[in-house]
Amino acid sequence: MSNILAIAQKELKSYFASPIAYIVIGLWALLYGYFFAAILHFFVQQSMQMNQFGMQGPQSMNVNQQLIRPLLQNVLILILFLMPMVTMRAYSEEKRSGTIELLLTSPLTDFQIILGKFFGAMALYGVMLAVTLIHLALLFVYGTPEWKPIVTAYIGLLLMGGCFISLGLFISSLTKNQIVAGMVTFAVFLLLWIITWIGSAAGPQAEKVTQYLSIVDHYDDFGKGVLDTTHFIYYVSFITFGLFLTAKSVDSERWRG
Amino acid sequence: MIEVQHLTKRYGRVTAVHDVSFRVERGEILGFLGPNGAGKTTTMRILTGYMPATEGKAIVAGFDVFDQPIEAKRRTGYLPETPPLYPDMSVSEYLDFVAKIKGVPSADRRARVQHVMGRTRIVDMANRLCGKLSKGYKQRVGLSSALIHNPDVLILDEPTAGLDPKQIIETRELIKELAGDHTIILSTHILPEVAQTCQRVVIINKGQVVAVDTPDNLTARLRGSETMYLQVDAGGADPAASLTRVPGVTRVVEADRRDGMIGFEVDSESGRDVRRDLAHAVVSSGWGLLEMRPMRMSLEDVFLSLTTEEVPTPAPDAAAAAGGEAIQ
Repeated sequence: MSNILAIAQKELKSYFASPIAYIVIGLWALLYGYFFAAILHFFVQQSMQMNQFGMQGPQSMNVNQQLIRPLLQNVLILILFLMPMVTMRAYSEEKRSGTIELLLTSPLTDFQIILGKFFGAMALYGVMLAVTLIHLALLFVYGTPEWKPIVTAYIGLLLMGGCFISLGLFISSLTKNQIVAGMVTFAVFLLLWIITWIGSAAGPQAEKVTQYLSIVDHYDDFGKGVLDTTHFIYYVSFITFGLFLTAKSVDSERWRG
Repeated sequence: MIEVQHLTKRYGRVTAVHDVSFRVERGEILGFLGPNGAGKTTTMRILTGYMPATEGKAIVAGFDVFDQPIEAKRRTGYLPETPPLYPDMSVSEYLDFVAKIKGVPSADRRARVQHVMGRTRIVDMANRLCGKLSKGYKQRVGLSSALIHNPDVLILDEPTAGLDPKQIIETRELIKELAGDHTIILSTHILPEVAQTCQRVVIINKGQVVAVDTPDNLTARLRGSETMYLQVDAGGADPAASLTRVPGVTRVVEADRRDGMIGFEVDSESGRDVRRDLAHAVVSSGWGLLEMRPMRMSLEDVFLSLTTEEVPTPAPDAAAAAGGEAIQ
């Protein structure tokens, strides 16, 4: 356990020692801020319109349903673009600079290294999500949103991010070149995102399959405030599978030399 | 301390290491010598548990590196060819991290980091970033990270590569100092280094062990006979014939010829001093004797003759008598 923590700490430190953490968090804050402002603007306009039409006023519009949910839905897009930057160097950089030799010749198991890297990336992702709490805090100051669906939404975001991270780690473990790792990760994320579109074009049977496979679709219920074990299990098994693939890739690299 | 038995490593169809066996006793420094691509690094990587061998067995500090990798790694310090540093970390941060993953208890960690920094003389660099260090300091930081958990076995892949002469001497001294408490394997291209630091040498070529012996025995065993170098100003005449007639001389080869001065390599029966007779033969013929010196086979020659195609068969009896083991 202390080994995993040591690696995770090192990972997190190296994110912040290089420009990566600042660029990712900066872009994240900027884009998220824009989404927040845009959706808030739309929300305020709508509630004023409803007021004018003699309806009951802003209270009749649900902050959770009409503001927070679409807002956090947009986070998915941010993850799609920014997460490859977080994971792309995880393994490829170690391979390129030879530091992987230090890790693999230390008394650590492969799994400790992989979990350490996973938790390091999750910690950075946690910092990114923490930034979004600032905006939500504003909503709590000026309104009365429900906090429970927000909690489930964040659980969902954490799990979904974990899926992307475990997949990104795997792709990073395949190459020495972090640019290649980043681009392939982005392409795969994009594919996983649009997989439902392909499915819906192919017919109702295929749609069911692709909907189940889509990482993004499983988030819907979390966003609505529903904790469904189906999605929970889906995410956890996806993460486990990603980490398992990473372990296999590191191991096979060893045999091939 | 280290036992390697019939180690073979194949990458696809390429055999990098073929049936390598050797032993290293406790406290010994073993030099690992071979041209580029001979399989030195591969062997070292197998010993450190970085990669598994295709066949064979390696036991480090009493633990099989395949069956009990964690235990073996706990007792091994490894300095790869390029020191595995994280450029964004400061030296002390880096060493602290390495201490953590090598399993140094947190109470001792600070003391260990200070100790190895003192040992490798990098205390002044403690707060510098690893990425900003010069090659020499990087190498020393790498060495101190290999030492941090006070391992029984140290495996150093070309520890002096890229250092300046002063640093090379310092590093060699350090390695010699370490030999008492640690068992050391070091690989190198630099032959005098082996002669100066190592008690035994393994010469490896094309993945196979060519010779295992002490540096002195290796040079002695390949010498076989005594050879003299002789430079003669013969004024146009050819002294080879008269040199051959000197009693005890077995062979005369012309080595070089410049402005009428001819250099010869003269082999003689071992144990017989032919210098007086040679000098007499030259001078009595009225030629000028410009130079005469014994030729000793350097480790370089041994190395070249063992690792190039036209291998002169060494005298295995002489080597065996000297207590060495020859694997051919």
